[in-house]
Amino acid sequence: MDTGIEQVKEIPIKQIDVYTDTRDILARARKYAVKNKLEDVFICDIDSHHTETEHWHEIIKFISDPVLRAQAMEYQSSRTGAPPYGLNGDFGLRYQDIGGRVPHQSSRREKVEDTSVHRDVTLARRAYESLGLDYQIIFPTPMLFLGVHPQPEMEVYLGDAYNRWTVENVLKADDKLKIMAYLPFGDPDACMRTIEEFGGAPGVIGFMVTSVRFKPIHHNQYMKIYRALEERGLPIGFHAGYYWQDPSMLQVNRFGSMHALSFVWCNVLHMTNWVMNGLPERFPGLKPVWIESGLSWVPWLMQRLDHTYMMRTSEAPLLKRKPSEYMREMFYTSQPLELDHMKAVECTFDMIDAKNSLLYASDWPHWDFDAPSTIWDLPFLDEQAKRNILGMSASKLFKLKVPATKKKIAA
Amino acid sequence: MAELFVGKETEFGERDRKIIAQGELEIGIFRLDGQFYAWENNCVHQGGPICQGKILGRVEEILGPDKTSKGLKFSETDTHIVCPWHGYEYNIKTGRHPGDRNVRLKPYEVKVKNGDVYVVV
Repeated sequence: MDTGIEQVKEIPIKQIDVYTDTRDILARARKYAVKNKLEDVFICDIDSHHTETEHWHEIIKFISDPVLRAQAMEYQSSRTGAPPYGLNGDFGLRYQDIGGRVPHQSSRREKVEDTSVHRDVTLARRAYESLGLDYQIIFPTPMLFLGVHPQPEMEVYLGDAYNRWTVENVLKADDKLKIMAYLPFGDPDACMRTIEEFGGAPGVIGFMVTSVRFKPIHHNQYMKIYRALEERGLPIGFHAGYYWQDPSMLQVNRFGSMHALSFVWCNVLHMTNWVMNGLPERFPGLKPVWIESGLSWVPWLMQRLDHTYMMRTSEAPLLKRKPSEYMREMFYTSQPLELDHMKAVECTFDMIDAKNSLLYASDWPHWDFDAPSTIWDLPFLDEQAKRNILGMSASKLFKLKVPATKKKIAA
Repeated sequence: MAELFVGKETEFGERDRKIIAQGELEIGIFRLDGQFYAWENNCVHQGGPICQGKILGRVEEILGPDKTSKGLKFSETDTHIVCPWHGYEYNIKTGRHPGDRNVRLKPYEVKVKNGDVYVVV
Protein backbone atom coordinates (compact mmCIF):
# COMPACT_ATOMS: atom_id res chain seq x y z
CA MET A 1 0.00 0.00 0.00
CA ASP A 2 1.28 3.47 -0.90
CA THR A 3 1.39 5.38 2.35
CA GLY A 4 2.71 8.57 0.73
CA ILE A 5 5.71 8.30 3.00
CA GLU A 6 8.93 7.77 1.10
CA GLN A 7 12.03 6.04 2.43
CA VAL A 8 15.30 7.84 2.21
CA LYS A 9 18.90 7.05 2.93
CA GLU A 10 20.87 8.75 5.64
CA ILE A 11 24.23 10.30 4.79
CA PRO A 12 26.48 8.97 7.56
CA ILE A 13 28.87 11.93 7.73
CA LYS A 14 27.10 14.44 9.94
CA GLN A 15 30.10 16.69 10.22
CA ILE A 16 33.06 16.88 7.88
CA ASP A 17 36.35 17.04 9.76
CA VAL A 18 40.08 16.64 9.20
CA TYR A 19 39.70 12.85 8.92
CA THR A 20 37.05 12.98 6.19
CA ASP A 21 38.05 11.49 2.86
CA THR A 22 38.63 14.06 0.10
CA ARG A 23 36.06 12.23 -2.03
CA ASP A 24 33.43 12.75 0.65
CA ILE A 25 34.36 16.40 1.14
CA LEU A 26 34.08 16.99 -2.60
CA ALA A 27 31.14 14.65 -3.21
CA ARG A 28 28.88 17.53 -4.20
CA ALA A 29 31.48 18.79 -6.69
CA ARG A 30 31.53 15.31 -8.21
CA LYS A 31 27.72 15.33 -8.48
CA TYR A 32 27.90 18.72 -10.17
CA ALA A 33 30.47 17.44 -12.66
CA VAL A 34 28.30 14.45 -13.55
CA LYS A 35 25.10 16.48 -13.77
CA ASN A 36 26.73 19.06 -16.05
CA LYS A 37 28.58 16.47 -18.15
CA LEU A 38 31.97 17.96 -17.37
CA GLU A 39 33.52 14.66 -18.42
CA ASP A 40 33.19 16.10 -21.94
CA VAL A 41 35.11 19.25 -20.99
CA PHE A 42 38.90 19.50 -20.89
CA ILE A 43 39.74 21.01 -17.50
CA CYS A 44 43.16 22.06 -16.27
CA ASP A 45 43.64 23.28 -12.75
CA ILE A 46 46.56 25.69 -12.96
CA ASP A 47 46.95 26.24 -9.23
CA SER A 48 46.39 23.62 -6.58
CA HIS A 49 48.46 22.88 -3.53
CA HIS A 50 49.84 20.25 -1.30
CA THR A 51 51.31 20.76 2.14
CA GLU A 52 54.94 19.93 1.58
CA THR A 53 55.74 20.24 5.28
CA GLU A 54 53.76 17.05 5.93
CA HIS A 55 56.64 15.30 4.17
CA TRP A 56 59.44 17.66 5.13
CA HIS A 57 61.47 14.83 6.62
CA GLU A 58 61.56 13.35 3.11
CA ILE A 59 62.25 16.60 1.27
CA ILE A 60 65.25 17.60 3.37
CA LYS A 61 67.03 14.43 2.30
CA PHE A 62 67.27 16.07 -1.14
CA ILE A 63 69.21 19.11 0.17
CA SER A 64 72.44 19.11 -1.83
CA ASP A 65 74.65 20.76 0.80
CA PRO A 66 75.85 17.94 3.08
CA VAL A 67 76.17 20.10 6.19
CA LEU A 68 72.73 21.67 5.88
CA ARG A 69 71.28 18.27 5.03
CA ALA A 70 72.80 16.76 8.17
CA GLN A 71 71.54 19.66 10.27
CA ALA A 72 68.08 19.33 8.79
CA MET A 73 67.87 15.60 9.32
CA GLU A 74 69.09 15.89 12.88
CA TYR A 75 66.63 18.68 13.58
CA GLN A 76 63.68 16.87 12.02
CA SER A 77 64.39 13.72 13.99
CA SER A 78 64.80 15.37 17.39
CA ARG A 79 62.85 18.65 17.35
CA THR A 80 59.90 19.30 19.57
CA GLY A 81 57.40 21.99 18.84
CA ALA A 82 59.38 24.15 16.42
CA PRO A 83 58.41 24.60 12.74
CA PRO A 84 60.07 22.46 10.07
CA TYR A 85 63.76 22.98 9.41
CA GLY A 86 64.72 25.99 7.32
CA LEU A 87 61.24 27.38 6.71
CA ASN A 88 60.26 30.89 7.71
CA GLY A 89 56.53 30.58 7.02
CA ASP A 90 54.23 33.42 8.00
CA PHE A 91 52.28 34.20 11.13
CA GLY A 92 49.07 34.18 9.11
CA LEU A 93 49.30 30.47 8.34
CA ARG A 94 47.80 29.86 11.77
CA TYR A 95 44.53 31.49 10.77
CA GLN A 96 43.84 30.11 7.31
CA ASP A 97 41.20 27.61 8.40
CA ILE A 98 38.93 30.28 9.96
CA GLY A 99 39.27 28.86 13.42
CA GLY A 100 38.74 25.29 12.26
CA ARG A 101 35.63 26.09 10.23
CA VAL A 102 37.25 24.80 7.03
CA PRO A 103 38.71 21.41 8.02
CA HIS A 104 40.42 20.58 4.71
CA GLN A 105 42.51 23.70 5.24
CA SER A 106 43.38 22.68 8.79
CA SER A 107 44.77 19.27 8.02
CA ARG A 108 44.08 16.24 5.89
CA ARG A 109 44.39 13.17 8.03
CA GLU A 110 42.26 10.86 5.93
CA LYS A 111 43.24 7.25 5.53
CA VAL A 112 45.34 6.28 2.53
CA GLU A 113 45.86 2.58 2.17
CA ASP A 114 47.50 2.52 -1.25
CA THR A 115 51.26 2.43 -0.71
CA SER A 116 52.15 1.98 -4.38
CA VAL A 117 52.40 5.75 -4.83
CA HIS A 118 53.19 8.64 -2.51
CA ARG A 119 50.36 9.74 -0.23
CA ASP A 120 50.28 13.15 -1.93
CA VAL A 121 49.65 11.47 -5.28
CA THR A 122 46.67 9.63 -3.84
CA LEU A 123 45.28 12.80 -2.27
CA ALA A 124 45.73 14.68 -5.55
CA ARG A 125 43.98 11.88 -7.46
CA ARG A 126 41.03 11.95 -5.08
CA ALA A 127 40.74 15.69 -5.66
CA TYR A 128 41.15 15.76 -9.43
CA GLU A 129 38.75 12.87 -9.90
CA SER A 130 36.16 14.58 -7.72
CA LEU A 131 36.54 17.93 -9.45
CA GLY A 132 36.61 16.39 -12.93
CA LEU A 133 40.10 17.60 -13.86
CA ASP A 134 42.37 16.43 -16.65
CA TYR A 135 45.54 18.03 -15.32
CA GLN A 136 46.46 19.61 -12.04
CA ILE A 137 49.46 21.86 -11.43
CA ILE A 138 50.55 21.64 -7.84
CA PHE A 139 52.40 24.18 -5.75
CA PRO A 140 53.88 24.08 -2.26
CA THR A 141 52.36 26.06 0.61
CA PRO A 142 54.69 27.29 3.42
CA MET A 143 57.52 27.52 0.89
CA LEU A 144 55.69 30.42 -0.74
CA PHE A 145 57.31 32.62 1.91
CA LEU A 146 60.90 31.67 1.12
CA GLY A 147 61.42 34.90 -0.84
CA VAL A 148 61.65 36.78 2.45
CA HIS A 149 63.82 34.25 4.26
CA PRO A 150 66.58 35.97 6.26
CA GLN A 151 69.06 33.46 4.83
CA PRO A 152 68.85 33.91 1.04
CA GLU A 153 70.82 30.73 0.41
CA MET A 154 68.08 28.74 2.14
CA GLU A 155 65.72 29.52 -0.74
CA VAL A 156 68.25 27.98 -3.11
CA TYR A 157 68.78 24.78 -1.12
CA LEU A 158 65.18 24.20 -0.14
CA GLY A 159 63.79 25.16 -3.53
CA ASP A 160 66.16 22.73 -5.19
CA ALA A 161 65.35 19.96 -2.70
CA TYR A 162 61.63 20.50 -3.24
CA ASN A 163 61.95 20.36 -7.02
CA ARG A 164 63.93 17.13 -6.86
CA TRP A 165 61.62 15.48 -4.35
CA THR A 166 58.51 16.45 -6.29
CA VAL A 167 59.81 15.21 -9.62
CA GLU A 168 60.82 11.87 -8.11
CA ASN A 169 57.86 11.22 -5.83
CA VAL A 170 54.92 12.94 -7.45
CA LEU A 171 55.43 13.80 -11.11
CA LYS A 172 56.92 10.49 -12.19
CA ALA A 173 54.01 8.67 -10.57
CA ASP A 174 51.16 10.47 -12.32
CA ASP A 175 51.18 12.16 -15.71
CA LYS A 176 48.18 14.28 -14.78
CA LEU A 177 50.17 16.10 -12.12
CA LYS A 178 52.49 18.93 -13.17
CA ILE A 179 54.52 21.68 -11.54
CA MET A 180 55.95 25.03 -12.33
CA ALA A 181 59.30 24.38 -10.70
CA TYR A 182 60.47 26.56 -7.84
CA LEU A 183 62.84 29.33 -9.00
CA PRO A 184 65.14 30.60 -6.21
CA PHE A 185 64.67 34.15 -7.39
CA GLY A 186 66.91 35.63 -4.72
CA ASP A 187 69.91 34.13 -6.53
CA PRO A 188 69.81 34.64 -10.32
CA ASP A 189 72.73 32.31 -10.97
CA ALA A 190 70.97 29.57 -9.04
CA CYS A 191 67.87 30.26 -11.10
CA MET A 192 69.86 29.60 -14.25
CA ARG A 193 71.08 26.29 -12.86
CA THR A 194 67.51 25.42 -11.88
CA ILE A 195 66.21 26.14 -15.36
CA GLU A 196 69.02 24.07 -16.86
CA GLU A 197 68.36 21.12 -14.55
CA PHE A 198 64.57 21.07 -14.48
CA GLY A 199 63.62 22.71 -17.78
CA GLY A 200 63.19 19.32 -19.38
CA ALA A 201 62.26 17.27 -16.35
CA PRO A 202 59.12 15.13 -16.59
CA GLY A 203 56.07 17.05 -15.49
CA VAL A 204 57.79 20.45 -15.29
CA ILE A 205 55.78 22.80 -17.51
CA GLY A 206 57.16 26.17 -16.40
CA PHE A 207 58.82 27.96 -13.52
CA MET A 208 57.39 29.77 -10.53
CA VAL A 209 58.54 32.87 -8.72
CA THR A 210 57.05 33.32 -5.28
CA SER A 211 55.73 36.87 -5.33
CA VAL A 212 56.35 37.62 -1.67
CA ARG A 213 59.77 39.24 -1.90
CA PHE A 214 61.22 42.71 -1.94
CA LYS A 215 63.45 42.71 -4.98
CA PRO A 216 62.35 44.56 -8.11
CA ILE A 217 61.72 42.06 -10.87
CA HIS A 218 62.93 44.48 -13.56
CA HIS A 219 66.49 44.47 -12.21
CA ASN A 220 69.13 43.75 -14.83
CA GLN A 221 70.25 40.65 -12.96
CA TYR A 222 67.01 38.89 -13.95
CA MET A 223 67.18 39.46 -17.69
CA LYS A 224 69.12 36.28 -18.35
CA ILE A 225 66.41 34.31 -16.55
CA TYR A 226 63.65 35.77 -18.67
CA ARG A 227 65.65 35.17 -21.83
CA ALA A 228 66.33 31.55 -20.88
CA LEU A 229 62.63 30.89 -20.27
CA GLU A 230 61.61 32.69 -23.44
CA GLU A 231 64.06 30.60 -25.48
CA ARG A 232 62.67 27.40 -23.99
CA GLY A 233 59.06 28.43 -24.46
CA LEU A 234 58.35 27.97 -20.76
CA PRO A 235 55.94 30.31 -18.93
CA ILE A 236 56.95 32.15 -15.79
CA GLY A 237 54.39 32.19 -12.99
CA PHE A 238 54.25 34.78 -10.24
CA HIS A 239 52.53 32.97 -7.40
CA ALA A 240 51.09 35.49 -4.96
CA GLY A 241 51.13 35.17 -1.21
CA TYR A 242 50.63 37.31 1.85
CA TYR A 243 53.17 38.73 4.20
CA TRP A 244 51.83 40.05 7.47
CA GLN A 245 55.26 41.41 8.41
CA ASP A 246 55.13 43.83 5.48
CA PRO A 247 55.21 47.20 7.29
CA SER A 248 51.97 48.37 5.69
CA MET A 249 50.23 45.11 6.68
CA LEU A 250 51.29 45.58 10.29
CA GLN A 251 48.44 48.08 10.53
CA VAL A 252 45.88 45.35 9.81
CA ASN A 253 44.61 43.20 12.69
CA ARG A 254 42.31 40.67 11.05
CA PHE A 255 43.67 37.82 8.96
CA GLY A 256 40.97 38.26 6.33
CA SER A 257 41.80 41.93 5.94
CA MET A 258 45.49 41.18 5.56
CA HIS A 259 44.82 38.30 3.17
CA ALA A 260 42.53 40.42 0.99
CA LEU A 261 45.20 43.09 0.60
CA SER A 262 48.52 41.34 0.78
CA PHE A 263 47.70 38.48 -1.59
CA VAL A 264 47.07 41.06 -4.28
CA TRP A 265 49.59 43.74 -3.40
CA CYS A 266 52.68 41.66 -4.17
CA ASN A 267 51.48 41.07 -7.73
CA VAL A 268 50.32 44.66 -8.12
CA LEU A 269 53.89 45.73 -7.46
CA HIS A 270 55.48 43.15 -9.73
CA MET A 271 53.02 43.78 -12.56
CA THR A 272 53.67 47.52 -12.35
CA ASN A 273 57.40 47.00 -12.62
CA TRP A 274 56.99 44.37 -15.32
CA VAL A 275 54.94 46.64 -17.57
CA MET A 276 56.42 50.08 -16.91
CA ASN A 277 59.93 48.78 -17.47
CA GLY A 278 58.93 47.31 -20.80
CA LEU A 279 59.49 43.63 -20.07
CA PRO A 280 56.78 42.66 -22.57
CA GLU A 281 58.71 44.53 -25.26
CA ARG A 282 62.03 43.03 -24.22
CA PHE A 283 60.74 39.46 -24.09
CA PRO A 284 57.69 39.31 -26.33
CA GLY A 285 57.74 35.53 -26.40
CA LEU A 286 57.80 35.10 -22.63
CA LYS A 287 54.40 34.31 -21.13
CA PRO A 288 53.84 35.59 -17.58
CA VAL A 289 51.10 33.95 -15.52
CA TRP A 290 49.76 35.89 -12.52
CA ILE A 291 48.67 33.33 -9.98
CA GLU A 292 46.24 33.46 -7.04
CA SER A 293 45.58 37.16 -6.74
CA GLY A 294 42.04 36.87 -8.07
CA LEU A 295 41.04 39.22 -10.87
CA SER A 296 39.52 42.38 -9.44
CA TRP A 297 42.92 44.05 -9.10
CA VAL A 298 43.64 43.86 -12.81
CA PRO A 299 41.08 46.40 -14.14
CA TRP A 300 41.99 48.73 -11.28
CA LEU A 301 45.70 48.59 -12.14
CA MET A 302 45.01 48.85 -15.86
CA GLN A 303 43.18 52.11 -15.28
CA ARG A 304 45.80 53.46 -12.88
CA LEU A 305 48.71 52.68 -15.18
CA ASP A 306 47.02 53.86 -18.39
CA HIS A 307 46.07 57.13 -16.74
CA THR A 308 49.61 57.67 -15.52
CA TYR A 309 51.32 56.48 -18.70
CA MET A 310 49.46 58.86 -20.98
CA MET A 311 50.84 61.83 -19.03
CA ARG A 312 54.25 60.43 -18.14
CA THR A 313 55.10 58.46 -21.28
CA SER A 314 58.71 59.55 -20.93
CA GLU A 315 59.05 57.40 -17.82
CA ALA A 316 58.16 54.22 -19.68
CA PRO A 317 60.07 54.69 -22.95
CA LEU A 318 60.08 51.02 -23.94
CA LEU A 319 56.30 50.92 -24.20
CA LYS A 320 54.66 51.31 -27.60
CA ARG A 321 51.12 50.87 -26.35
CA LYS A 322 49.13 51.51 -23.21
CA PRO A 323 49.96 49.33 -20.19
CA SER A 324 46.53 47.76 -20.26
CA GLU A 325 47.12 46.45 -23.77
CA TYR A 326 50.14 44.51 -22.58
CA MET A 327 48.24 43.31 -19.55
CA ARG A 328 45.46 41.93 -21.76
CA GLU A 329 48.02 39.69 -23.42
CA MET A 330 49.24 38.09 -20.19
CA PHE A 331 47.69 35.17 -18.36
CA TYR A 332 45.80 35.11 -15.09
CA THR A 333 44.58 32.26 -12.95
CA SER A 334 40.96 32.58 -11.93
CA GLN A 335 41.03 31.80 -8.20
CA PRO A 336 39.88 33.36 -5.94
CA LEU A 337 37.21 34.52 -8.34
CA GLU A 338 35.42 37.48 -6.76
CA LEU A 339 31.82 36.82 -7.82
CA ASP A 340 29.81 39.07 -5.53
CA HIS A 341 29.32 41.86 -8.10
CA MET A 342 28.46 40.18 -11.37
CA LYS A 343 28.48 43.36 -13.46
CA ALA A 344 32.02 44.04 -12.30
CA VAL A 345 32.99 40.45 -13.05
CA GLU A 346 31.71 40.76 -16.60
CA CYS A 347 33.56 44.04 -17.06
CA THR A 348 36.72 42.45 -15.67
CA PHE A 349 36.47 39.50 -18.04
CA ASP A 350 36.05 41.90 -20.94
CA MET A 351 38.98 44.08 -19.90
CA ILE A 352 41.41 41.18 -19.49
CA ASP A 353 40.16 39.33 -22.59
CA ALA A 354 39.30 36.39 -20.35
CA LYS A 355 38.35 34.04 -23.14
CA ASN A 356 42.00 34.06 -24.21
CA SER A 357 43.88 35.01 -21.04
CA LEU A 358 42.10 33.42 -18.12
CA LEU A 359 43.11 30.01 -16.75
CA TYR A 360 40.90 28.10 -14.33
CA ALA A 361 42.52 27.39 -10.97
CA SER A 362 41.07 25.66 -7.92
CA ASP A 363 43.62 26.40 -5.18
CA TRP A 364 42.41 23.16 -3.62
CA PRO A 365 42.71 22.33 -0.71
CA HIS A 366 42.85 25.87 0.60
CA TRP A 367 39.99 27.64 2.34
CA ASP A 368 39.02 29.82 -0.64
CA PHE A 369 39.21 27.13 -3.34
CA ASP A 370 37.07 27.35 -6.45
CA ALA A 371 35.37 24.40 -8.12
CA PRO A 372 34.97 24.34 -11.94
CA SER A 373 31.37 25.45 -11.39
CA THR A 374 32.64 28.97 -10.74
CA ILE A 375 33.42 29.19 -14.45
CA TRP A 376 30.79 26.85 -15.88
CA ASP A 377 27.93 28.73 -14.16
CA LEU A 378 28.91 32.24 -15.29
CA PRO A 379 25.84 33.72 -16.97
CA PHE A 380 27.58 36.00 -19.47
CA LEU A 381 30.01 33.56 -21.10
CA ASP A 382 29.35 31.39 -24.14
CA GLU A 383 30.39 27.75 -24.05
CA GLN A 384 33.52 28.33 -26.10
CA ALA A 385 34.78 30.91 -23.63
CA LYS A 386 34.04 28.58 -20.70
CA ARG A 387 35.94 25.74 -22.37
CA ASN A 388 38.87 28.04 -23.10
CA ILE A 389 39.06 29.21 -19.50
CA LEU A 390 38.59 25.75 -18.01
CA GLY A 391 41.31 24.15 -20.07
CA MET A 392 41.81 24.93 -23.73
CA SER A 393 43.83 28.10 -23.15
CA ALA A 394 46.02 26.22 -20.69
CA SER A 395 46.53 23.40 -23.16
CA LYS A 396 47.99 25.91 -25.64
CA LEU A 397 50.06 27.80 -23.09
CA PHE A 398 51.56 24.74 -21.40
CA LYS A 399 51.42 22.41 -24.42
CA LEU A 400 49.19 19.95 -22.58
CA LYS A 401 47.71 17.13 -24.58
CA VAL A 402 43.93 17.18 -24.87
CA PRO A 403 42.49 13.65 -24.58
CA ALA A 404 40.78 12.50 -27.75
CA THR A 405 37.64 11.74 -25.80
CA LYS A 406 37.14 15.38 -24.89
CA LYS A 407 34.91 17.41 -27.11
CA LYS A 408 36.67 20.38 -28.65
CA ILE A 409 34.82 23.32 -30.07
CA ALA A 410 36.76 25.07 -32.81
CA ALA A 411 38.14 28.41 -31.67
CA MET B 1 4.32 16.73 -1.91
CA ALA B 2 5.82 13.82 -0.11
CA GLU B 3 6.83 13.24 3.46
CA LEU B 4 10.24 11.69 3.96
CA PHE B 5 10.76 9.79 7.18
CA VAL B 6 13.87 11.13 8.90
CA GLY B 7 13.89 9.23 12.17
CA LYS B 8 12.56 9.14 15.68
CA GLU B 9 12.35 12.40 17.60
CA THR B 10 14.25 10.71 20.40
CA GLU B 11 17.19 10.14 18.09
CA PHE B 12 17.88 13.87 18.01
CA GLY B 13 19.76 15.43 20.87
CA GLU B 14 19.94 19.18 21.29
CA ARG B 15 22.03 20.73 18.46
CA ASP B 16 21.93 17.35 16.74
CA ARG B 17 21.25 16.75 13.07
CA LYS B 18 20.69 14.18 10.38
CA ILE B 19 21.52 14.46 6.71
CA ILE B 20 19.25 12.53 4.39
CA ALA B 21 19.27 11.97 0.66
CA GLN B 22 16.63 11.04 -1.83
CA GLY B 23 18.04 10.89 -5.31
CA GLU B 24 19.93 14.10 -5.96
CA LEU B 25 18.26 15.95 -3.12
CA GLU B 26 20.10 16.20 0.19
CA ILE B 27 18.53 17.78 3.26
CA GLY B 28 19.90 18.52 6.70
CA ILE B 29 17.45 18.32 9.60
CA PHE B 30 18.56 20.11 12.76
CA ARG B 31 17.21 20.18 16.28
CA LEU B 32 17.87 23.44 18.08
CA ASP B 33 16.20 24.74 21.23
CA GLY B 34 13.71 21.89 20.97
CA GLN B 35 12.55 22.83 17.47
CA PHE B 36 13.31 21.21 14.12
CA TYR B 37 14.63 23.01 11.05
CA ALA B 38 15.45 21.60 7.64
CA TRP B 39 17.64 23.08 4.91
CA GLU B 40 18.90 21.83 1.61
CA ASN B 41 22.46 20.58 1.91
CA ASN B 42 23.52 23.04 -0.76
CA CYS B 43 25.45 26.18 0.12
CA VAL B 44 24.30 29.23 -1.81
CA HIS B 45 27.93 30.15 -2.41
CA GLN B 46 29.34 27.22 -4.40
CA GLY B 47 27.02 24.32 -3.65
CA GLY B 48 29.06 22.96 -0.77
CA PRO B 49 27.71 20.52 1.85
CA ILE B 50 26.57 23.25 4.20
CA CYS B 51 24.64 20.97 6.53
CA GLN B 52 27.74 18.88 7.21
CA GLY B 53 29.71 21.76 8.70
CA LYS B 54 30.45 22.90 12.20
CA ILE B 55 27.71 24.28 14.43
CA LEU B 56 28.90 27.39 16.25
CA GLY B 57 27.46 30.43 17.91
CA ARG B 58 27.61 33.60 15.88
CA VAL B 59 30.75 35.55 16.73
CA GLU B 60 29.98 38.92 18.30
CA GLU B 61 32.25 41.79 19.19
CA ILE B 62 31.77 43.33 22.60
CA LEU B 63 31.79 47.12 22.70
CA GLY B 64 32.08 49.25 25.80
CA PRO B 65 29.88 52.31 26.40
CA ASP B 66 32.61 54.41 24.81
CA LYS B 67 32.55 52.17 21.70
CA THR B 68 35.94 50.68 22.44
CA SER B 69 36.34 47.03 21.58
CA LYS B 70 36.31 44.67 24.56
CA GLY B 71 36.91 41.46 22.63
CA LEU B 72 34.86 38.69 21.05
CA LYS B 73 32.31 36.16 22.25
CA PHE B 74 30.01 33.48 20.89
CA SER B 75 26.36 34.45 20.75
CA GLU B 76 24.07 32.72 23.23
CA THR B 77 21.06 33.15 20.96
CA ASP B 78 22.21 32.95 17.34
CA THR B 79 23.52 29.55 16.31
CA HIS B 80 25.15 29.06 12.95
CA ILE B 81 25.87 26.21 10.61
CA VAL B 82 29.17 26.79 8.80
CA CYS B 83 29.90 25.47 5.32
CA PRO B 84 32.98 23.24 5.49
CA TRP B 85 34.01 24.20 1.96
CA HIS B 86 34.57 27.94 2.46
CA GLY B 87 33.16 29.05 5.78
CA TYR B 88 29.87 30.64 4.69
CA GLU B 89 27.70 30.84 7.82
CA TYR B 90 23.91 30.65 8.13
CA ASN B 91 21.59 31.03 11.10
CA ILE B 92 20.14 27.57 11.72
CA LYS B 93 16.71 28.98 12.60
CA THR B 94 16.37 31.39 9.66
CA GLY B 95 18.71 29.86 7.09
CA ARG B 96 20.02 33.34 6.36
CA HIS B 97 23.59 34.56 6.07
CA PRO B 98 24.33 37.06 8.85
CA GLY B 99 25.85 39.56 6.42
CA ASP B 100 23.24 39.38 3.65
CA ARG B 101 19.72 38.25 4.47
CA ASN B 102 19.07 37.60 0.79
CA VAL B 103 21.62 34.80 0.89
CA ARG B 104 19.46 32.03 2.28
CA LEU B 105 19.41 28.26 2.29
CA LYS B 106 16.43 26.53 0.73
CA PRO B 107 14.01 25.59 3.53
CA TYR B 108 11.90 22.47 3.99
CA GLU B 109 8.99 21.93 6.33
CA VAL B 110 9.47 19.48 9.19
CA LYS B 111 6.59 17.57 10.76
CA VAL B 112 6.68 15.59 13.97
CA LYS B 113 3.93 13.01 14.27
CA ASN B 114 3.69 10.52 17.11
CA GLY B 115 7.38 10.92 17.83
CA ASP B 116 8.40 10.44 14.20
CA VAL B 117 10.17 13.21 12.29
CA TYR B 118 9.33 13.84 8.64
CA VAL B 119 10.52 16.39 6.14
CA VAL B 120 8.13 17.56 3.45
CA VAL B 121 9.47 17.76 -0.09
